[in-house]
Amino acid sequence: MANTQMSQTTTGKSAGGFTEAEAERRRVRVNWLLSLPALVWLAFAASGPLLIMVVYSFLTPGDYVGVVWDFSTDAWFQVLFTRDIFDETIVTMADAHLSIFWRSISLSLMTTATTLVFGFPTAYFIATRSPRSRPMWLFLVTIPFWTNLLIRTFAIMELIRNEGLINTVLLKAGLIDTPIQMLFTDGATLVGMTYVYLPLMVLPLYASMERLDFRLVEAGYDLYASRLQVLRRVILPLVKPGVIAGSILVFIPSLGAYVTPRLLGGGRNMMMGNFIEMQFGAGRNWPLGAALSITLLFIVMIALIFYVRNVGKEGSGHG
Amino acid sequence: MADTLSDDVLRRAAERAQSKRFDVRTMPGFTTIAVICFIALYAPLFPMAFYSFNAGDSIAVWQGFSWRWYVSAWSNDLVKDVTVRSLIVAACASGIATVLAVLAALGTTRTQPFRGQTLIYVLINQPLMVPEIVTGVALLVFFAMIKVATGYTGLIYLIAAHAAFCIPFAYLPIRARLEGMDKTLEAAASDLYATPIQAFRRITLPLMTPGIVAGAMLAFVISLDDVVITELVKAAGQDTLPTYMLGQLRRAITPEINAISTALLAITVVLLTTIFFLTSKKE
Amino acid sequence: MKQSAENAVEVVGVSKVFGQGASEVRALDDVSVSIRQNEFFTLLGPSGCGKTTLLRLLAGFEQPTAGQIFLSGIDIAGLPPNKRPINTVFQNYALFPHLTVGQNIAFGLEMLGRPKAEVSDTVERMLRLVRMEALRDRKTSQISGGQQQRVALARALAPQPKVLLLDEPLSALDYKLRKEMQLELKRLQHETGITFVFVTHDQEEALTMSDRIAVMCDGNILQVGGPRDIYDHPADRFVADFIGESNFMNARIESVSDGRATLSLTAGATVQAILPEGVASSGDVTVVVRPERARFLKDGEAGASEVSLPATVETIVYVGTDTHYHLKLSSDEAFIARVQNDDRGGFLPAQGQAVQVAIAASAVQVLKD
Repeated sequence: MANTQMSQTTTGKSAGGFTEAEAERRRVRVNWLLSLPALVWLAFAASGPLLIMVVYSFLTPGDYVGVVWDFSTDAWFQVLFTRDIFDETIVTMADAHLSIFWRSISLSLMTTATTLVFGFPTAYFIATRSPRSRPMWLFLVTIPFWTNLLIRTFAIMELIRNEGLINTVLLKAGLIDTPIQMLFTDGATLVGMTYVYLPLMVLPLYASMERLDFRLVEAGYDLYASRLQVLRRVILPLVKPGVIAGSILVFIPSLGAYVTPRLLGGGRNMMMGNFIEMQFGAGRNWPLGAALSITLLFIVMIALIFYVRNVGKEGSGHG
Repeated sequence: MADTLSDDVLRRAAERAQSKRFDVRTMPGFTTIAVICFIALYAPLFPMAFYSFNAGDSIAVWQGFSWRWYVSAWSNDLVKDVTVRSLIVAACASGIATVLAVLAALGTTRTQPFRGQTLIYVLINQPLMVPEIVTGVALLVFFAMIKVATGYTGLIYLIAAHAAFCIPFAYLPIRARLEGMDKTLEAAASDLYATPIQAFRRITLPLMTPGIVAGAMLAFVISLDDVVITELVKAAGQDTLPTYMLGQLRRAITPEINAISTALLAITVVLLTTIFFLTSKKE
Repeated sequence: MKQSAENAVEVVGVSKVFGQGASEVRALDDVSVSIRQNEFFTLLGPSGCGKTTLLRLLAGFEQPTAGQIFLSGIDIAGLPPNKRPINTVFQNYALFPHLTVGQNIAFGLEMLGRPKAEVSDTVERMLRLVRMEALRDRKTSQISGGQQQRVALARALAPQPKVLLLDEPLSALDYKLRKEMQLELKRLQHETGITFVFVTHDQEEALTMSDRIAVMCDGNILQVGGPRDIYDHPADRFVADFIGESNFMNARIESVSDGRATLSLTAGATVQAILPEGVASSGDVTVVVRPERARFLKDGEAGASEVSLPATVETIVYVGTDTHYHLKLSSDEAFIARVQNDDRGGFLPAQGQAVQVAIAASAVQVLKD
């Protein structure tokens, strides 16, 4: 363009002494410098150690604790398969491991589904209250959310124990002769996880419903849609980001749950979190624990990629 | 469509609607489920609180009112010890996390998108994405290596780990506050002869303070609540209140656990209610 | 171009480009303009024309990609905003929400390190100037939009800048308040003697308030002049169309003498008009006529300095003060005639009626296109 020459003479010696490109570079450098302390800290005490786990998954377990620095793919083999004790050439699927994976994934999916079934109407209910009372209803959801997860799990545990409130009441009423075994079952874990993770579903759902323009719902009714059609064709597509965000927020901690399955599911109904912890405790097989951790992380990453594919773009579009 | 819009159909629909007025916002059954949810969220907490006042040893059979278990928890040196440790760790961790989060939030908001910005977001929010148990065992392994190398086994490891997973919790409200802040306010300050430092001290910092307070409190509560990572990272004798309670739950349960839980619950409710009224009054 | 100190602001060949490569946007394209000392200067144009960009360059929030900006003859292109004796009234006012009205007004003076006594004196004076004495200790969130507007003005005027920039400051106000603030702004400009640079997309606002107007479009300044000048003699079709209502007609230049052209209108009449510089002296041109410069003839008795065109009335629109007659000329061109509803009993045709419409010869303006 005709201005190029002038642009060079002007910007080259303007009073501030910086060009646009320089200012841009400086700005990016400052932004990185400000973020750096947090990133270094996280690299040291969160992300970095994950890489060590990759290394450990290829080592040999130590006799009592830790690892021996001998390369081995045994841990990864053990994730899915098991060798016969007497004849190492006989290889079978590791049924115990598979049942733990299956329980983890199915319980997590069921937890996500039940929290969605209960959470969606709850979030909708809050979003349709008057603006004045909405914070109060939301507050009622946030109190359990901020209450220690251990306390909430303990509260459920006390209810469903053999000597717990439900069984005591049923026995006293003469409805049953012997206590119903509720604690230490998969059902108990499901109820417990649904209970503790319900707020994680309601809050993001509410966030997207609050922004829902109810004139669109009115427009739906105006164009002869029934209630169900309005829900399915207007509301659901609009709050889809909230549904997916809530599902991810529930699914990920469910999959890695440790406290709830340990207290409510007991030792025999382990989920992946408990199984991993066991390898670093009583199991004394750090490489297997490392391999299992990476497997769990891998499943989580798949869920997150699904999330980013579906709503990530819309979510970050505001910046 | 012409058929369904006939006068006849319209009249019948109108007659049916007479009994029940149409409300655009309600969905059938939603209110019922919502009410069930609200009840269910609180129902299990009441028996727990109720039996903390039981005079007997049972958590299912009522034997009269007593403060006995509160007194017993209060005079339990171990409980005092783990509570103090929990508070120290939470205070240090949330302090560190807040400072780091403020800096990071200043670096990543209110700027035109720059290369690596998304990467910074992902890295900062990484503790929210990786399951706690995975971070916990990774830290267990990593800190074990350091402990062997240095011989130091103090509380620093726990604080470092807590500070790390608290960073995103401190970061998010601060970032939200900064993003909600009108960018032209800083432009206005510099237009009125404020240097960049004056603009930050006089305008940006006072306006982001509510976000900083919220972030710090969030981080504090998150650290105070943590079980999994603490359980894996702690050395012998470094129990915090939650890990102490987890240990107790494996033994025979006495209403003392109820008393501790109820006290914690009460503190949470009081704190949250205070914040709720403080923030809602301002608006 | 020479930089004389009599001009408050001199913009010389300024371009501003946002983005790079395919997403490159040229917000300002080699713009030059001079703003005189103590004048009320308006940048007028549709959104996206570059007027706000130019204002931000003057304030120092953006750096020009090319060109120079002189303030009283000094090149300030590289100075940051806090070193420029220029203050801005922001579109959304940008009042500091954590400070009171008084503290907002004092901010600039404090930043300049003025002594306390002087600061509080000036704050009092400014509050009086904008008639807000009673609200000094209010939070800015507790006052109305119009009051916020006054605070924003007082805050920007307090440091006594050489130039005050106003970025569509009235757009958030309702109609009545806007009218009131227009007069108020004129009064403040008069009382303070500060050069005002005002940005707006509202042509009526620009015409009412300005000493001079620069009409902008697509990053260029199309015309600079006084309100009457711009309204009566628009330089091109965009300016004519953007400011006021216009009737465009096709014409052919028959002959030119002494800078005056004899035009034959496609609609069927011959008229003499000034030929602006830069228009070829033969061939087809577009002419513009303002609707209020036309009237209806009863029996075809056109005045000496008028031309008369046959037309048919298509639609009649009543708008309170005026009635608009939408006509169709014999050339099939549309033409709107505006007649004031003053009950003076002039000839008023009915819908569908064939009429003769008379246009003052001086109202015919040849456009550059």
